[in-house]
Amino acid sequence: MQFMLLFSRQGKLRLQKWYVPLSDKEKKKITRELVQTVLARKPKMCSFLEWRDLKIVYKRYASLYFCCAIEDQDNELITLEIIHRYVELLDKYFGSVCELDIIFNFEKAYFILDEFLLGGEAQETSKKNVLKAIEQADLLQEVRRKYFLSLIKCFGRFAEQSQTEDWGGLANEEIL
Amino acid sequence: MLSNAPVYKRSVKNIKDVYISHINGKSKEAEIKRINKELANIRSKFKGDKALDGYSKKKYVCKLLFIFLLGHDIDFGHMEAVNLLSSNKYTEKQIGYLFISVLVNSNSELIRLINNAIKNDLSSRNPTFMCLALHCIANVGSREMAEAFAGEIPRILVAGDTMDSVKQSAALCLLRLYKTSPDLVLMGEWTSRVVHLLNDQHMGVVTAAISLITCLSQKNPDEFKTCVSLAVSRLSRIVSSASTDLQDYTYYFVPAPWLSCKLLRLLQCYPPPEDGAVKGRLVECLETILNKAQEPPKSKKVQHSNAKNAILFEAISLIIHYDSEPNLLVRACNQLGQFLQHRETNLRYLALESMCTLASSEFSHEAVKTHIETVINALKTERDVSVRQRAADLLYAMCDRSNAKQIVAEMLSYLETADYSIREEMVLKVAILAEKYAVDYSWYVDTILNLIRIAGDYVSEEVWYRVIQIVINRDDVQGYAAKTVFEALQAPACHENMVKVGGYILGEFGNLIAGDPRSSPLVQFNLLHSKFHLCSVPTRALLLSAYIKFINLFPETKSTIQEVLRSDSQIRNSDVELQQRAVEYLKLSSIASTDVLATVLEEMPPFPERESSILAKLKKKKGPGAVSVNELEEGKREGELNGGGERGGDNSGIAASNASTPSPSADLLGLRTGPPVTAAAPSAGSLLVDVFSEAGVNDDGFLSSAPPSVVSEDTAPPLPESNELLNKFVCKNNGVLFENQLLQIGIKSEYRQNLGRMYLFYGNKTSVQFVTFTTTVTCPGELQSHILHIYTCKHMFILAYTCYDKLNVQTKPVEPLIEGGAQVQQVINIECLSDFCEAPLLNIKFRYGGALQNLTLKLPVTINKFFQPTEMASHDFFQRWKQLSQPQQEAQKIFKANHAMDTEVLKAKLLGLGMALLENVDPNPENFVCAGVIQTKAQQVGSLLRLEPNAQAQMYRLTLRSSKDTVSKRLCELLAEQF
Repeated sequence: MQFMLLFSRQGKLRLQKWYVPLSDKEKKKITRELVQTVLARKPKMCSFLEWRDLKIVYKRYASLYFCCAIEDQDNELITLEIIHRYVELLDKYFGSVCELDIIFNFEKAYFILDEFLLGGEAQETSKKNVLKAIEQADLLQEVRRKYFLSLIKCFGRFAEQSQTEDWGGLANEEIL
Repeated sequence: MLSNAPVYKRSVKNIKDVYISHINGKSKEAEIKRINKELANIRSKFKGDKALDGYSKKKYVCKLLFIFLLGHDIDFGHMEAVNLLSSNKYTEKQIGYLFISVLVNSNSELIRLINNAIKNDLSSRNPTFMCLALHCIANVGSREMAEAFAGEIPRILVAGDTMDSVKQSAALCLLRLYKTSPDLVLMGEWTSRVVHLLNDQHMGVVTAAISLITCLSQKNPDEFKTCVSLAVSRLSRIVSSASTDLQDYTYYFVPAPWLSCKLLRLLQCYPPPEDGAVKGRLVECLETILNKAQEPPKSKKVQHSNAKNAILFEAISLIIHYDSEPNLLVRACNQLGQFLQHRETNLRYLALESMCTLASSEFSHEAVKTHIETVINALKTERDVSVRQRAADLLYAMCDRSNAKQIVAEMLSYLETADYSIREEMVLKVAILAEKYAVDYSWYVDTILNLIRIAGDYVSEEVWYRVIQIVINRDDVQGYAAKTVFEALQAPACHENMVKVGGYILGEFGNLIAGDPRSSPLVQFNLLHSKFHLCSVPTRALLLSAYIKFINLFPETKSTIQEVLRSDSQIRNSDVELQQRAVEYLKLSSIASTDVLATVLEEMPPFPERESSILAKLKKKKGPGAVSVNELEEGKREGELNGGGERGGDNSGIAASNASTPSPSADLLGLRTGPPVTAAAPSAGSLLVDVFSEAGVNDDGFLSSAPPSVVSEDTAPPLPESNELLNKFVCKNNGVLFENQLLQIGIKSEYRQNLGRMYLFYGNKTSVQFVTFTTTVTCPGELQSHILHIYTCKHMFILAYTCYDKLNVQTKPVEPLIEGGAQVQQVINIECLSDFCEAPLLNIKFRYGGALQNLTLKLPVTINKFFQPTEMASHDFFQRWKQLSQPQQEAQKIFKANHAMDTEVLKAKLLGLGMALLENVDPNPENFVCAGVIQTKAQQVGSLLRLEPNAQAQMYRLTLRSSKDTVSKRLCELLAEQF
């Protein structure tokens, strides 16, 4: 995998992970182009497309698009399930994950991703093992952030209500 | 904890504001304002007198990261993040690493500090810290990190006491380093132990390690070949396990789908296993996977079927890769055939894609062909353009002689409504198929003309060049082509590309249909000319050439055409090219005899054979993607076909022609890699050729490659004195270049920037006229590319604009006759594209009293002509002199004076050289220093010169320094002859 992008239906980038060295300028250009391309696609269209010399695999969960760029010989369907497993991991960790969880706890989203995928390849596909690693790390935290998190989450939810209709767990609300 | 509380609350408030303004999509300005305020706050905290504690540092670094991820630029905080790395609190370290992973692009100053911190964590023996460090290396993956850790990580990976989770990270970390800097990851004793990780008990370790092994074995297959049997047995265990055996590695009832895919992928790096037992086991696995596809699903969830089918597709890829098991290939094809009609768009897409590669296997090609109707239907009815694209690709791949007509027809009809994004590629594909499988060339011509009619805008030059080449090379289709194109042009609105093809073909072969009063010469001309005003300049230029060809083909049109050429809109056209053509063609038609006309304007000779430029274009367009691979495969397959038996019975046409003529013509598109063979006669089989791919064709390629006989007459070698003559002009621009008893050649030239214009005056010193006076400028050696013709007599008025690699020389013609005592003038335009050494050659041929005179001179164009003088003060001069201190930038010569060492003469020569002569720079007043910049299109080359005369010894020392070594050298050579 060359990179993974998460962006909202409004085209806001929520998470980016690059597994190939690119300049910031290139990254921005690629992001802009891809977000546009993917958002322009209708539901029920196929989840794969050719883009430049890469294959794009994307899937929408509620208000978020998960989008991976893989190479020619990589497997599209298994990439689709990589996306799904990542969503499941987020869902399990946050407990019914929503877009705001990823915005506010972006660092967790990154840590989970790093445990699951490294260098663009699946490192650990067992949900239990990935979460165990993250939870172990959480135990090491000197300050529990739960209070902080829930506060922001509440506030965010309140602020967001006018923006997005579906706020349940992403994993249960697959579009497609 | 307590002391943190107030800060903590405030931070919540601040950051909350940022979120809110961001999320609410308030005006961009408000967001930026808010963020700038926050950034200023963080900056002041970092710069403040009070040392921040780890917690606050973490908090602010985290905020910066957040702001960066919102899409704003962050240019500080790196140092604080690096500090966090050495914290022994996990979360602080973690945020530090995250910041580095996201924001650091091998920033050289920090990378040393970062590497230090990583080193500490790697040796900490704390698995969580080790994993963090490894993740960071894998995420940044810079060369500096590879240098620092490529030796250490393999040790961690294979050490017996390393924790599983660390092993996993180490494997993928090493993979990333290997991808960025393969030269730094050295194979060694660890490699064999890595292969054995395939046997590891921990599935996660296998999953991670196999990606590394796959990548390594692609580059070093021999060292890793033991992985094949290990992979097969691992795969076999997974495939035969029940869905619950693998516990958490079972995904929606599918056992270890990721690992299975990776194992199948690894096996694709190798040929089928030689060991019969291993192979048998593998075939069994593949069969089981194919069988499972037929079983009812264990779950209705899409995840279940995706995971299952991911393995299936990977297995099919392996079957295609082996290409040796007919039974499996056909089963795979049938399975894909089922998917072609599946309700899941994703599966239809993948089936089409996968079948594309199956189509190129001789075992499954026929099986793929049976699905043609479904695929055509997909092309027509799929709602998603990317699926239609796959269908088009598959049709292209499954096309052969038996179904070409149907497929081409379907693709053509699809083109009428095709998405703009794929039209150009479709056009190329149709053009290639039509050519490749043309049995009768009238079908080919029809197809291409239809292509232009339907999708004219997407028909690239290569396509219409190609149809012309084919028509010119095959006389059996010329009459038909003329007739068809004539009919096509009658449409009220036709595409400009149609006009181009029409102009060219009627100009060449209009006579073949002129017998019919409905397409009499004048009707043809009027038809073409009715389009003239709607066309662009290049097309008009082509039409003008067609008109002059008409004058030759049909003398009765001469007066009409001359009138057109004479009209102000032609002869005074504001476009130089059109004007020039009109003037020259008009003149040609008025003064040349019919014989001369017939020779100049004779039919184009057949084109030599080359690889199809269309195919080259498609390859370029697709990159190393599926289609080009297919092309090559297919070429290969047909190559095999030549030697061995036939595939199927339906392609007897092509097979027969291939087998019966062991000539290059069998290779229609030049796909095979063998050495090119010169073309046999055009009648031999289907000889398709291409001039345009290589020749730096002029705008329309119409007349330029005309009669080769004239130019190919032996050109005399350069006169022995030509170098001397050239040297005379290094420091001057005007004078007599050459003189003998018959001819005097004078030169006047002027240069500006990288452009030059040279006037050559040819004076006839005798009282008898010179006839068939021809001059040719060629560029030898490094300049060589194509010959430039200046036809003056029989082939006068034919201009060629030729792009040289380094020097662009454009000549205007001279008169073919030079009366006794008269002088004619020729203008040469020169453009310097890049620096050069060799001068162009000027060949002059003429007949004087029946004897052929043939002489070649060097045209005095030298690199110094493009000098732009640069004035500078002593200080600047020496500073630059020092900057150009690399040994190759300097050229020096010590030589004896050839002329009197007169200061004024020397100065005049140096000025003539084109550089600025700098006074009061050299401390020794006897010495001369100069500065200048050579202007070429590609670059500017600054040069400095120092000339030190030694009057006593009658010697000079000449030193040149330039930013380009070849320039220093050449200037030094040239100048050493001047003093």
